[in-house]
Amino acid sequence: MENMHTSDAITLKGITKSFGTKVIANKNISLSIRRGEVLSLLGENGSGKTTLMNILSGIYYPDEGQVFVGGKEVAIRSPGDSFALGIGMIHQHFKLVDVFTAAENIVLGLKGHGKFDLKAVGEKVRAICERYGFDITPEQKVYDMTVSQKQTLEIVKVLYRGADILILDEPTAVLTPQETEKLFGVIREMKKDGKAIVIITHKLHEVLSVSDRVSILRKGEYIGTVDTKDATEISLTEMMVGKKVTLNIDRKVPVNPKKRLSVQNLSITGEDGIKVLDNITFDAMGGEILGIAGISGCGQKELLEAIAGLKIVDAGSSIDFIEPDTDKPDSLIGKTPRQIKEMGITLSFVPEDRLGMGLVASMGMTDNMMLKSYEQGKSFFVERKQPHDLAEEIKGDLAVVTPSINTPVRRLSGGNVQKVLVGREIAAAPAVLMTAYAVRGLDIGTSYQIYNLLSEQKDKGVAVMYVGEDLDVLIDLCDRILVLCAGKMTGIIDGRTATKEQIGLLMTKTSHGEESANV
Amino acid sequence: MIQTSIIAWILRAVQFGTIIMFGSMGEILTEKSGNLNLGVPGIMYLGAFSGFASAYLYENGTDNPIGIVCILLALISAFLAAAFGGLIYSFLTITLRANQNVTGLALTTFGMGVANFFGAYLLQGEVYTAAPATNAAFTAKIPALSSIPVIGEAVFSYGFLAYAAIALAIVMHWFLNKTRTGLNLRAVGENPGTADAAGINVTKYKYLATVIGAGISGIGGLYYVLDYNNGIWATTGQIEALGWLAVALVIFTTWKPLSAIWGAYLFGLLYWLYNFLPKLLGATDVERTQSLYQMIPYLVTILVLIVVSMRRKRESQPPASLGLAYFREER
Repeated sequence: MENMHTSDAITLKGITKSFGTKVIANKNISLSIRRGEVLSLLGENGSGKTTLMNILSGIYYPDEGQVFVGGKEVAIRSPGDSFALGIGMIHQHFKLVDVFTAAENIVLGLKGHGKFDLKAVGEKVRAICERYGFDITPEQKVYDMTVSQKQTLEIVKVLYRGADILILDEPTAVLTPQETEKLFGVIREMKKDGKAIVIITHKLHEVLSVSDRVSILRKGEYIGTVDTKDATEISLTEMMVGKKVTLNIDRKVPVNPKKRLSVQNLSITGEDGIKVLDNITFDAMGGEILGIAGISGCGQKELLEAIAGLKIVDAGSSIDFIEPDTDKPDSLIGKTPRQIKEMGITLSFVPEDRLGMGLVASMGMTDNMMLKSYEQGKSFFVERKQPHDLAEEIKGDLAVVTPSINTPVRRLSGGNVQKVLVGREIAAAPAVLMTAYAVRGLDIGTSYQIYNLLSEQKDKGVAVMYVGEDLDVLIDLCDRILVLCAGKMTGIIDGRTATKEQIGLLMTKTSHGEESANV
Repeated sequence: MIQTSIIAWILRAVQFGTIIMFGSMGEILTEKSGNLNLGVPGIMYLGAFSGFASAYLYENGTDNPIGIVCILLALISAFLAAAFGGLIYSFLTITLRANQNVTGLALTTFGMGVANFFGAYLLQGEVYTAAPATNAAFTAKIPALSSIPVIGEAVFSYGFLAYAAIALAIVMHWFLNKTRTGLNLRAVGENPGTADAAGINVTKYKYLATVIGAGISGIGGLYYVLDYNNGIWATTGQIEALGWLAVALVIFTTWKPLSAIWGAYLFGLLYWLYNFLPKLLGATDVERTQSLYQMIPYLVTILVLIVVSMRRKRESQPPASLGLAYFREER
């Protein structure tokens, strides 16, 4: 074992893992994780990063290959084995029980020694929090926590178990830039303590800012490891995608933008009496992309649904569609989607929940196309010809990978599902196109394809609304960016001059008056 | 007169409550693991039948049946038969991932069928058969204490299982809230993925909770036949209604064993309202309104459901993954 480094915390040799006979998630992967170092595991969705780390956390067992922890070969057959070796994984989807307190979540599954004493657990948790400056209390219930606190709890959980090898699976996906910086601070602190840290991510700038080395996977195969100091965004992307990709969004200056949608004093009160949206006022212009930024769950979904006629709004709200030819405002308040359509207004909506609200998972492309047109037929039988042609067209134009246009869409990959949905919505030649998290879970190539489709729509004069989570993309793609924070609009800024920090501040701004001065 | 009436009402209510308290205690344990077992009526049938059959056969096979033997035989066979029902349910829903609702309902039908089919052999054409010695053992009152006037009658004159039910509720409360195993079990019912990642054997917990839970529910059926129904195997159709009430009681208590104590007695009082309230009020036309009164426990459950869902208190909600099969995200 001549290439085994003395400070290696974990060495993987020839790891192969397949699911069924067809999907090889990991193919002959060898890499090492060192103490006192941050290793980024970079790769597109489906490249096998999470599978590989789940092998270390005991969720999966490899078909072939060896795992060495601290130089000794080990077999990790369960999450319990993994803890015992000092490996702690912080999952992308938090593994927390909502109705439990922080302390209860921390001791979950631990083998007992003597009396079950939550108070003693609390004391130890407080000590860890003090050491790293975490802001959670052991008695706090998880359902009362912010996303960032939940993540902190996940970290405390593995530290409590004495982990010195930490694996973080896409830890920044749900954090604001400020929270991300704080997390990176913690990671650097842990690194100083001599812990080995692995970050799974596909955000290149984060890789460059926090890690010491980068290992790249592509389609289940190990491509290589580079020192971060020698890497650039371009070189990493090439390794990740396997070919040269241009990461450019062609953002043209809006040509003659015209007011298309006027939203005024829009408020929505949720079931529990809390305002999900509070007095939102803005215009969406034809020929421009209006970005909507905010921590998830701040009213983005409700805003789009209100415009689409899917949510009941409070009295005093107004949503007007301005007709392109006559400039006549038509109120959309109190109208169902069908009524809006009958008024001759085409609103297209790409919802966040693609296989729930967007498409019927068990139906093929043709039938999903038909959802938009079935009521147009005059005869007793449904008209299948047009939807069939449309499905073929979308399959060809957007390069949808599917065995047949009648294959249930749930069997397609996330990117292809999104192409089907976006394709259908664009085919309706909308006046307003609303998208929520259009690229979530998509690989870089497909993401840029979607961005360019949206830009094309904008150039055609469509008013595009883009709810996004990646601030870098929002800044590159959108002409204006509306920022929501807990249902309130905290600002609309120019996409060309906006900075991430500026948006991040608006995303977390509370309603205190004095802070609004520096917008 | 009125005092006697009220005491008689309480007596009936507590005995009635004990049946459904066992039933719902078992179901609470089961549901805490995320399994919604709608087979409770069938399981109570299995418990009732096996408990009675073993006692009956023992009594008829020996000249001098011994009380303690009667009790142990009946309890063990009732628990085992009911636990077997839970095992069937577990195998189908946990291992084979069958739909929990359908499996539960099928188990109810199965339990009723088995009990009534073999029950016919015990009846041998008669209207009823009895196990008097076992009944006497189960209903034996606490000496001395039970002869105190009023209090003794209302509080100390039940068979030992009525007190065991209360003890069980307290033990279960302690187990679920104060022990590691209880915490792990609740985690399995709330979020099995999290429990799995924390190193908890989800399958083992679900199996054990469901099988032991079913066994406990079965004791409810046993209590019905050997105590409440005076040790007589007849008119067993009521067990099914009691089984559904036990399921309703689980919701009524918002999955808290301690609330099951007063909840069960309240259900008992409400159920027996028809027999005592008209008398206390001096009403004469009892026959025709009986069914209306018997409806009340179910109405109360519906009301509780409405109130619980309105309050939206997180701790009063059912276990988050109740009714869902768990499997690791295998691709």
